[in-house]
Amino acid sequence: MAGDSLTSGQYIQHHLQNMVFGKLPEDVVGEELCNGVIVEQAGWQLASCAAEAKAMGFWSYHVDSLGWSVGLALIFFFAFRHVAKNVTTGVPGGFQNFVEMIIDFVNDSVRGSFSGKNDIVAPLALTIFAWVFLMNFMDLIPVDWLPMLAQQIGAAFGADPHHVYFKVVPSTDPNVTFGMALGVFWLMLYYSIKIKGFGGFFGELAFQPFGKLGMPANLVLEGVSLISKPVSLALRLFGNMYAGETIFILIALMYGGSLLIGTFGGLLQLGWAIFHILIITLQAFIFMTLTIVYLDMAHTDH
Amino acid sequence: MNITATLIGQSIAFFVFVLFVMKYVWPPLIVALDERKKTIADGLAAAEKGKHEQELAEKAAEKHIKEAKDQAAEILAQAQKRATEIVEEAKIDAREEANGIKNAATAEIDQEVNRAKEHLRQQVASLTISGAGKILKREIDEKAHSDIVDDLIAQI
Repeated sequence: MAGDSLTSGQYIQHHLQNMVFGKLPEDVVGEELCNGVIVEQAGWQLASCAAEAKAMGFWSYHVDSLGWSVGLALIFFFAFRHVAKNVTTGVPGGFQNFVEMIIDFVNDSVRGSFSGKNDIVAPLALTIFAWVFLMNFMDLIPVDWLPMLAQQIGAAFGADPHHVYFKVVPSTDPNVTFGMALGVFWLMLYYSIKIKGFGGFFGELAFQPFGKLGMPANLVLEGVSLISKPVSLALRLFGNMYAGETIFILIALMYGGSLLIGTFGGLLQLGWAIFHILIITLQAFIFMTLTIVYLDMAHTDH
Repeated sequence: MNITATLIGQSIAFFVFVLFVMKYVWPPLIVALDERKKTIADGLAAAEKGKHEQELAEKAAEKHIKEAKDQAAEILAQAQKRATEIVEEAKIDAREEANGIKNAATAEIDQEVNRAKEHLRQQVASLTISGAGKILKREIDEKAHSDIVDDLIAQI
């Protein structure tokens, strides 16, 4: 448990709050913040509760999500870069074998679903697969370990540990999943216009399925179907991981109960974690496959 | 759970990492994989070729062995024929020699017989003459009657 004084609801909310770095608005000057500090001037700082995070508005950053996602991407990048530099065409060693297996898997997926010729698609698919997998993998680390570590570090720097928030699974943050989905969306738009021309792309949106006379209806239908692609991409990953994370948090609540309930919670956590191995891999695979399919649609006329 | 500039940050990181992977990670790995695939394909092709060559070599060896066997059989047959010939020749030679020896022996025998006859004749003649001479000694001059005695000898 994060702290003995927390209720179950507070415990859950605490776990679902990001560490937000942003600028407090001017009108809070002189007021007391959640952690008891009186605001002397509005400046960039970490939010100490959900209300403050909300007050910081759009131009604030989830330090934990960004930190973990970039950190994991760096781990992925340097691990693969290390193999790429020392790659041998002879008998591959252990880690190279593993990397080659992933590369082969991604390459086969791209060849199976993508009919056009574009050098960005395969690296894109690899990046998405590995990155999403690693971000999802953070879900398997017991929910209290890293947040408690962060609280200890925060306390060492003089902060009130109860107001240090730390979410370790970047893919449970809609900002992260939407950030990636929008990245894919921009690529879709870019290649649609590049391959088919602006007119061709517009024609695809406007002249199907009802012909030229039904243009407004076509635009609405095709527009929705276009927008739904990144939205479903982002929400599918977010929803799955958020639900999984929430269940882990609920299971973790049981450790606060009696020995019997705690033991039962341990079994539940083990079971859910084993099942989650499937989910995190599957979600990474789905994100990758749909990206390939969407980009394939952007490259072909239909 | 608010939508914040994190989204923009994540998008930027996304593009940066995709570019890095595209530039530094994907190409060397995929090149290595393709190269290994090619090496394996070449190796398999070489193995196939080697197998084929071995088959050919086996066939050639079999052919050589068959030829050698045929030759050996032929040589054997020739040798047997030659042996028979030699035996036949030897038989003929032996027969001829035997005949020669036999003829020589016969001739010698004949000669011996003739000689013995001659000798006998001479001895008989001389005995006769000596007998006759003993008889006639008293009555006939040997010299005066030699032509009659010679005539007698010739008639024996």
